[in-house]
Amino acid sequence: MSRGVRRLVPVLGLVPFLGYLTIFLLIPTVSVVVGAFVEKDRASLSNIRALGDEVVLRTLWRSIELSAESAIIGAVLGALLAYAVVTGRPDGTLRRSVTSACGVLAQFGGVTLAFAFIATLGFSGVVTEAGRDVLGVDLFGSGWLFGLKGLTLVYTYFQIPLMVIVFLPSLDGMRSQWREAAESLGASTWQFWRYVAGPLLLPAFLGSTLLLFANAFAAYATAAALVSQGSPILPLLIRNALTSEIVLGQSHLAFALALDMIVVVVVVMTMYALLLRRTSRWLR
Amino acid sequence: MIATSTGAREGLEVRLEDLRRRFGTVTALDGLSLTLAPGELVALLGPSGCGKTTALRIVAGLDEPDSGRVVVGDRDVTDVSANKRDMGMVFQAYSLFPHMTAQQNVEFGLKLRGHDSTRRRARAGEVLDLVGLSSQKDKYAGQMSGGQQQRVALARALAIEPSVLLLDEPLSALDAKVRAQLRDEIRRVQLEVGTTTLFVTHDQEEALAIADRVGVMSQGRLEQLDAPEALYSRPGSAFVASFVGLMNRVPCEVQGGRATLLGTSVTTLDGSVHGGRGVALVRPEQVQVAAGGDDATVVHISFLGSFSRVTARLVEGTELIVQTPSATVQDLRIGDRVGLSLLADDLLVSATTD
Amino acid sequence: MTTARVRAHRRLQAFRVVVLTVLGLFFLVPLGSMAAYSVRVPAGGRTLDFWRQLGQDPDLRGAIVTSLELSLLTVVLMLVLLVPTMVWVRLRVPGMSRIVEFLCLLPLTIPAIVLVVGLKGVYAWVTYFLGDSSLTLTFAYVVLVLPYAYRSIDAGLASIDVVTLSEAARGLGAGWFTVITRIIVPNIGAALLSAAFISVALVLGEFTLASLLSYTNLQVVINLLGKSDSQTSVAASLASLVFAFVLLILLSLVGRRRGARRTAPALDLMAPPVAKEG
Repeated sequence: MSRGVRRLVPVLGLVPFLGYLTIFLLIPTVSVVVGAFVEKDRASLSNIRALGDEVVLRTLWRSIELSAESAIIGAVLGALLAYAVVTGRPDGTLRRSVTSACGVLAQFGGVTLAFAFIATLGFSGVVTEAGRDVLGVDLFGSGWLFGLKGLTLVYTYFQIPLMVIVFLPSLDGMRSQWREAAESLGASTWQFWRYVAGPLLLPAFLGSTLLLFANAFAAYATAAALVSQGSPILPLLIRNALTSEIVLGQSHLAFALALDMIVVVVVVMTMYALLLRRTSRWLR
Repeated sequence: MIATSTGAREGLEVRLEDLRRRFGTVTALDGLSLTLAPGELVALLGPSGCGKTTALRIVAGLDEPDSGRVVVGDRDVTDVSANKRDMGMVFQAYSLFPHMTAQQNVEFGLKLRGHDSTRRRARAGEVLDLVGLSSQKDKYAGQMSGGQQQRVALARALAIEPSVLLLDEPLSALDAKVRAQLRDEIRRVQLEVGTTTLFVTHDQEEALAIADRVGVMSQGRLEQLDAPEALYSRPGSAFVASFVGLMNRVPCEVQGGRATLLGTSVTTLDGSVHGGRGVALVRPEQVQVAAGGDDATVVHISFLGSFSRVTARLVEGTELIVQTPSATVQDLRIGDRVGLSLLADDLLVSATTD
Repeated sequence: MTTARVRAHRRLQAFRVVVLTVLGLFFLVPLGSMAAYSVRVPAGGRTLDFWRQLGQDPDLRGAIVTSLELSLLTVVLMLVLLVPTMVWVRLRVPGMSRIVEFLCLLPLTIPAIVLVVGLKGVYAWVTYFLGDSSLTLTFAYVVLVLPYAYRSIDAGLASIDVVTLSEAARGLGAGWFTVITRIIVPNIGAALLSAAFISVALVLGEFTLASLLSYTNLQVVINLLGKSDSQTSVAASLASLVFAFVLLILLSLVGRRRGARRTAPALDLMAPPVAKEG
């Protein structure tokens, strides 16, 4: 064996892994990108053009709206929760149980989560009926739970715990000396937050919010189980495009829509990485 | 103290009056009283948990005493919150705001006081100059060494022309060489600006080197407050004696204010036992070693450069450390019999149980 | 003495109580509602009939079995694929570690709904070669669990000195296979366990791929059941949820026992967890 060949042998050990990921991760991803530029077996921009269709744009906008709303609500409430936890004892039961619960709840989504809210606030949900019987209030209304508002609420359920998980380390990184130094230099509580804690935490907060945005934007199962009619958001429009042969006169629209999603997620995740790089330099 | 161009003013007297503080079942301060003269640098020295840091934090307003008062000049600041006390504080480490440059850190306190940017920049320039860091003013904490960070922290504390300067173990996170250098630097700057300063440390060498007076603390109380030389040569208690510097404990017989040991009779210091058996506290340099005697056997010799430390075992078993110029021990070998003689005139003799 | 400091402390405590209570309710009410909903009788009273239904409905039983089989297969395939590769990278081709990490974490940034679009074509071939059993979902699920499993195993490997251990073993005459199975694996047991737990939890909750690739698993059947028998479907949801909770709490216990040196997978800041099944 020549030296060059011998040096290649160790790399051969990676062939099964790389082969597997090529088939089940890379080819699918690449085929989404390529497929977006194909219509009726030939290269075409008609699917990309269809992305400019009013229906698609409105759906994309609603998706962005839903993701942004649930991300902002989740980020604010999650940050408050993280702060409530971090101001407790670092080795306390409260902190341990909240972080464990958040680890679990951040993964909680999909059909079961949708059903949990149907059992709570659906037409005959437990809370809905209690509202009707006890308070005489109709919480169900005209079925808001199954619209964008409902999705926002339901998404918040996994967004808050995710925020706690990703934001807690940044809060932990805040040193008590900074607060005390600011205090002894004459800063009021408000000034401390305005000049020290705020600027220090802002990048991490925004970064976490972006992550929550991507999380909501990519979510499909919860919405699919909750919304059975119509396609108010992009993932559901992809479902529609996948299950019906032709949508908006295109047979490959699902690919273009998926590409649309990839672009949004990549943009958001890039911003996230840039922001995190900034804080990780400070909070060592 | 002299007011200098760096904006110093006459230092203020600082009084800690009968401060008491408990944390749950732990008594951190048990009636601490201490007065710092204007412009004076007092070091509080003691093992961890002795209450020295609590005392400093109470002066800073970062903690509150259960009872007692803190008076600066003629103003009782006990109930004044930390941000209105006008004190400059330097912490152990990592207290610089990481998202600000050195200059921005230094300007921070001035900004809070509403100074305009021209004035802030001028003042920041002055104090950064004072600590010798003008060239680093645009660096972030993460880009500076530990020693530089502490200099910036000192400059930041001084920028607001504080009435009192509080230093909470500012050197303990640094390595030995930088520590000694910065220690002298702090003293130089403090003398230059003339601010009354409280310095907390667990390192006796540091305390002795930097302070006008050193207060040794134990269990929430002040054991002794004295000038470094006095503290070293005339410790008021066995605790102080053993905490400050290296100390030999030699059994002896006390009678009528005199103690006899190593064949010599010496006067006992105030605070000694009055009669019977006791333990004399003897500094290593208060003993002289001579070859050819018959008092002790050499157990160990450490060469430390210009001087050496000889460990000698007395006949009855006590081991004694003797510090002596290296030239005098050149011919000594382990196992040699040596003579020991006492160079002190007076010693502290504590009870044997101490 | 009610000083400013005491007042500030009280304000903070009040804030904490309010936040923890309000958010605690937000998280507990839906869970409590599920439990109440699943035992409710329209005329009033309680019944466990819907829970009994879980074991009796043939579709549901079949789906439970399928999902459990999928979990098992996914864990096995994931371990077989990932462990030797990651050990090999550390030992022989450390230069490739960045690429392997990138590939393993890539599924975090590709939404499942996007992956499914691309997988349709691949699964046409899978069906052609292996038939259309729902168990073929295993291949896609390994990709889904990859980032989480990778981080667990990576943390485990980081906590032992793989190179020294294997050099010592090879010096004693062990082959590569023996090194991996007898030396490395026993030393990263907790990490493998946590990788397995999180994989099982994810597979049991998976809906997107199964439903859009037209296969059947637990979540697909629960979703279908929701249209005809909502109380049984809620009982099934709660059951699968509790099961996943238990698994993930066990996971966090395993993570804690390993000590502070290894971060629990879910707490990695740079490569954050994304609830794929959201």
